[in-house]
Amino acid sequence: MSRLAFIDARLIDPAGKLDAPGALYVEEGTIRDLGPRLFHDGMPTGATIIDCKGRALAPGLIDMRVFTGEPGSEHRETLESASLAAAAGGVTTMVVMPNTDPVIDEPSLVDFIKRRAAATARVRVLPMAALSRQLAGEVMTEIGLLKEAGAIAFTDGDRTIASARVMRHVLAYAATFEALVVGHAEDPELTQGAAMNEGEFATRLGIPAGPAAAETVIVERDIRLVELTGARYHFGQISTRAALDAVAKAKAQGLPVTCGVSALHLALNELDVGGYLTFRKVKPPLRSEADRMAMVEGVASGLIDVIVSSHDPQAADTKRQTFAQAAFGAIGLETLLPAALTLYHNESASLLRIVEALAWAPARILGLESGRLDKGAPADLVLFDPDEPFVVDSAQLHSRARNTPFDGRTFQGRVHATYVGGECVFERRAIL
Amino acid sequence: MNGIDGPILQASHLLGADTLSLDEINALLDLAETYVTVNRAEQKKRALLKGRTLINLFFEASTRTQSSFELAGKRLGADVLNMSVKTSSVAKGETLLDTATTLNAMRPDILVVRHQDSGAAELLSRKVDCCVVNAGDGAHEHPTQALLDALTIRRRRSVEGLVVAICGDVLHSRVARSNIIILQKLGARVRLAAPRTLLPPQADRLGAEVYTDMCAALDGADIVMMLRLQLERMSSAFVPSTREYFRFWGLDRNKLRRAKPGALVMHPGPMNRGVEIDSAVADDGEVSLIQEQVEMGVAIRMAVLDALARGLAGAGRNAP
Repeated sequence: MSRLAFIDARLIDPAGKLDAPGALYVEEGTIRDLGPRLFHDGMPTGATIIDCKGRALAPGLIDMRVFTGEPGSEHRETLESASLAAAAGGVTTMVVMPNTDPVIDEPSLVDFIKRRAAATARVRVLPMAALSRQLAGEVMTEIGLLKEAGAIAFTDGDRTIASARVMRHVLAYAATFEALVVGHAEDPELTQGAAMNEGEFATRLGIPAGPAAAETVIVERDIRLVELTGARYHFGQISTRAALDAVAKAKAQGLPVTCGVSALHLALNELDVGGYLTFRKVKPPLRSEADRMAMVEGVASGLIDVIVSSHDPQAADTKRQTFAQAAFGAIGLETLLPAALTLYHNESASLLRIVEALAWAPARILGLESGRLDKGAPADLVLFDPDEPFVVDSAQLHSRARNTPFDGRTFQGRVHATYVGGECVFERRAIL
Repeated sequence: MNGIDGPILQASHLLGADTLSLDEINALLDLAETYVTVNRAEQKKRALLKGRTLINLFFEASTRTQSSFELAGKRLGADVLNMSVKTSSVAKGETLLDTATTLNAMRPDILVVRHQDSGAAELLSRKVDCCVVNAGDGAHEHPTQALLDALTIRRRRSVEGLVVAICGDVLHSRVARSNIIILQKLGARVRLAAPRTLLPPQADRLGAEVYTDMCAALDGADIVMMLRLQLERMSSAFVPSTREYFRFWGLDRNKLRRAKPGALVMHPGPMNRGVEIDSAVADDGEVSLIQEQVEMGVAIRMAVLDALARGLAGAGRNAP
């Protein structure tokens, strides 16, 4: 197998708190060595030398929240097309949601996802299995058998289990297997028919809206149920200050609770749906500027553990609708890193902290070997220029769907190459 | 003929294992031994309860326990009346206490009660003049089951120091609760194994060691006691499916290998084969005590009826 010598890199490793110039050596798909002084005594024989030209070399991103259309809605996105977008975005591991048709609530379907991914996807794919059968929130799934089949965690995706009784049983049962539960915090009753965040702007637009409290209600409920059952619990994404405060309190109490935020909710607020832009209709909805600021602070302080893309490809027919009628969801795999890097450029958070939220924190939560630059870790790597500016062009994106909320936006931070297990899965061609 | 004469029980009812002293338990088990012999003889009929009336009042369907009490009563010479709830006035809306008063007026000597609600037997005992035997109340107690289990074990091994793993739906099980009490009183170490959804909160406060990994619970166990999983637990979100339940908490040969060599298997019945127990284990005469439990059931109930009758007015200390 090939040997790779990355030279003249800015090594970024949150696990080892390393942000320094240096080199990194890969053999057999595994990181063998790295450091500022590596190769000072000469190059290893037979290695392919990759000149990083001072760009950042970081652990490949682990996106804990990716929706695809496979199986069932392949016209929206397949595992393969999502993986192309992932590779172009520096994402080396996609955690895919069970919200497909059929729902991934059977061990054989977990196996199907793994086989399809092995056969077609460019990056690593880890399936989450459903928490309740058919995502109906009534009967729990076979968490033990699904975990044995390879489900990395359990979630109903963007659905909330409405019944506290069912949720309690599910959490207690999951705790039996030390399984990770990933919850979505939107009270289904409070958000029934809602298309955006409740407030002055929704009032002016005349759009049916759901209150921020719909999130707090569930976050508070589930934290109390975690306290009761001892389950490991991760909020897939939060979007409000009140939810962040609740999570902070739970963490201070020592409860096994973590949370994520989408890059979208770091970059945009409710005013961005102005003009009835359906590509910015997402779940949970874009919130007030105060809430967005809270999310930025949360990432900076580490109270928010991970940043996700919440990649949700939608076909034109479901988005070319009135705002109320349009489907929820925005794609985000390819814009995950640059959107997150806005926090670095406006000096809200360090580069190390951002890469931690995109790679090392998800790896810890999911129990993965990757997510860090360390001897023996898989050579899942992203090479990027944190400063290089570019304009998002939806036509140039690799996803099968076009529903990016960032079309035309200028970002700083561009992926140049992505490696999975030492294999190059994406390389940006130089524009001559 | 009994070998043991004189009073055995302090109380005039048997409502739970909780109120039995170690001496009472041992005396009941000793007395039951003599009835095992009686039941294995050709002539099983005794006249000890001649002229006495026993009413079996079963609010919950039961084949095993009800027929066991019926047979016990008849073998001791009592007149036995089976009242099934479907055909009684309870089905017409009568309250439990009205039923008690009505039955009391018929002057029975012993009332055997099975009810879906915890505390029902105790409630009845306060309203009637006869002896009351709890044949299972809700998720509270089933003392005669625990006594027959203890008898079954005692005939093979000394209970003192044994490790007994009780596995399955502990949360809803009165059998588990009574067994935890009696086995611990007899000096056994009790372990509980179930998914967290089927473990009662603070189960460790009952004195048992609590496990969610069944294999760990079976490690070095002398006795494996399986509990019945009510199939309605699936729809009410306690466990996802029978196949998953069997995979992780069903007793098969593989899991049984973790127990001590020569470990014995028990089940209060009726069994769900392929759910909580594999047929290969249940039907293995070398390890399964399940049929023997049924036999001991009749002997224990005869001993209980005998012991209670000794406290009845006009009871001769040396009845034939």
